[in-house]
Amino acid sequence: MPIQRREFIAAIGTGVVASTAGCTQPGQSNSQSDGESGGSQAGVAGETLTLTTTTSTYDTGLLDEIHPAFEDMYGVSVDAVAQGTGAALESARNGDSDVVMVHARGLEDEFMRNGYGINRRDLMFNDFVIVGPESDPAGIQGMGSATEALTAIAESEAQFVSRGDNSGTHTKELNLWEAAGTEPGGDWYQETGTGMGEALNVANQQGAYTLSDRGTYISQRSEIDLVILVQGPIEDGPEILANPYGIMAVNPGVHDNANYDLAMAYIGWITSPGAQDAISSYQVNGEQLFFPEAVSENPNFQQYVPEGWSSDSDG
Amino acid sequence: MPLDSVGHLLQTVVDLPFRDGYVSSIIYVSLYVSVIAVTLSTLFSIPVAIVMGFGDFPGKQFVKSVINTGMGFPSVVVGLLVLFTVSNQGPLGTLELIFTKEAMIMSQFVLATPPITAISLAAISGVDENVRDAAHVLGGTRVDVALVVLKEARYGIATAVLAGFGRAISEVGSVLIVGGNITSAGGISKTRTLTTAIQLEARQGQYETAMILGAVLVALVLTVNAVVVRLGDQEVQR
Repeated sequence: MPIQRREFIAAIGTGVVASTAGCTQPGQSNSQSDGESGGSQAGVAGETLTLTTTTSTYDTGLLDEIHPAFEDMYGVSVDAVAQGTGAALESARNGDSDVVMVHARGLEDEFMRNGYGINRRDLMFNDFVIVGPESDPAGIQGMGSATEALTAIAESEAQFVSRGDNSGTHTKELNLWEAAGTEPGGDWYQETGTGMGEALNVANQQGAYTLSDRGTYISQRSEIDLVILVQGPIEDGPEILANPYGIMAVNPGVHDNANYDLAMAYIGWITSPGAQDAISSYQVNGEQLFFPEAVSENPNFQQYVPEGWSSDSDG
Repeated sequence: MPLDSVGHLLQTVVDLPFRDGYVSSIIYVSLYVSVIAVTLSTLFSIPVAIVMGFGDFPGKQFVKSVINTGMGFPSVVVGLLVLFTVSNQGPLGTLELIFTKEAMIMSQFVLATPPITAISLAAISGVDENVRDAAHVLGGTRVDVALVVLKEARYGIATAVLAGFGRAISEVGSVLIVGGNITSAGGISKTRTLTTAIQLEARQGQYETAMILGAVLVALVLTVNAVVVRLGDQEVQR
């Protein structure tokens, strides 16, 4: 079915929230054209967008909260697959998803450099926190430095749970160990190979420390006894614990089956003021989990390309 | 495991079924995928079991050992193989089956086929030689004999189908990999089954919900078992 480009571009360009009058229901065929009246379908109605993302965006309930607005606007459905950053990028590399929402800039840069991802946008941020049992056997409470805290944990050989699943959080944790100049290992260091929620549960059961994104921790705080011992930058902690999320479309030049039009509609929508407001007003247990980053007075053009990229350094 | 929150658990039980069809859609997806997979698997397995039960052909022992190996084949590996098959890079990539119910049916089909074949074969082989001879003596063709034997072995075959269904519906690893555990934003399941929902709820520390879904799964399997056993009993009494 040919994309009605003019209508599509018009719908994106105006950025007008479509009136719900005459809205196509998701799943309905898109044979009906609604002429030039600027209706809610931009030639993508009835299609499905596959989004591979991290367990943190999914398990916090954020996506379930904000996606209906997008689905209604375009008459489409979004399939969100929560995998963790490494797996989400791998699915996209294989052409099994149309758009990725992840949080590991190094891996995102590599993904773009290899030509798989294009049109990256900064989306939102939260931060990482080091959580642990209230008894705090390694005595890291109130340390202003994440690396010092990890060094203290390693020296006292207090139990530490690692995600160990190549996720964004796991990548950050490994970077922290590297920055601390400590090689984690031994009986006290356990890799669970699971999502953030599961890792928090394991740490909770064992009275262990772990590195968590603040969002998942807040979502689960009522279920666990772990407390935040080292804060991230949102609560004036060290900048190294920042956790920015990015979103990228899968390059249709590499995978011609990627639904590029819908992916760009999604990126356009989620970085729009309306969706960014929805992100900042999403709360769990009375706390804001994610802070929007896409709308800014001073556009940061480095967000579109790998960091440090220039046209002659990369072919 | 916080078992002290009995009141909380009861509250969850009361709330759960009314969460906009979340649970019912999960049950529907579980049944849809497993019933179709087991039906297809049965249609494939019974003829194979019949051919092996009645005929002798070179390589029969080899086929037998393949089936027996398949019985113990790790489901996660099956999921991985199906993923490679249906992924965009795989041989069936153009069909775009990844993260769909069809991909889940494929992996459950592969999982259910070995036990259904093996147990059916055992049931067919177990039918008394005298029954076969009697059927022959009464002038039955090979087809007639086969039908008589199948009729005798029907209970064993029902057990086989049950075993296949049990393996399919309680499987978590492969459907998680190829299905993606997706619900629509409205909380209606697309590829989320009871098992993957339990995995997700446990991951999020929602132990009460996970336990309730677990109870639903167990109840489902027991009900299917009870129905088949009853049918068998009635047949025997007649």
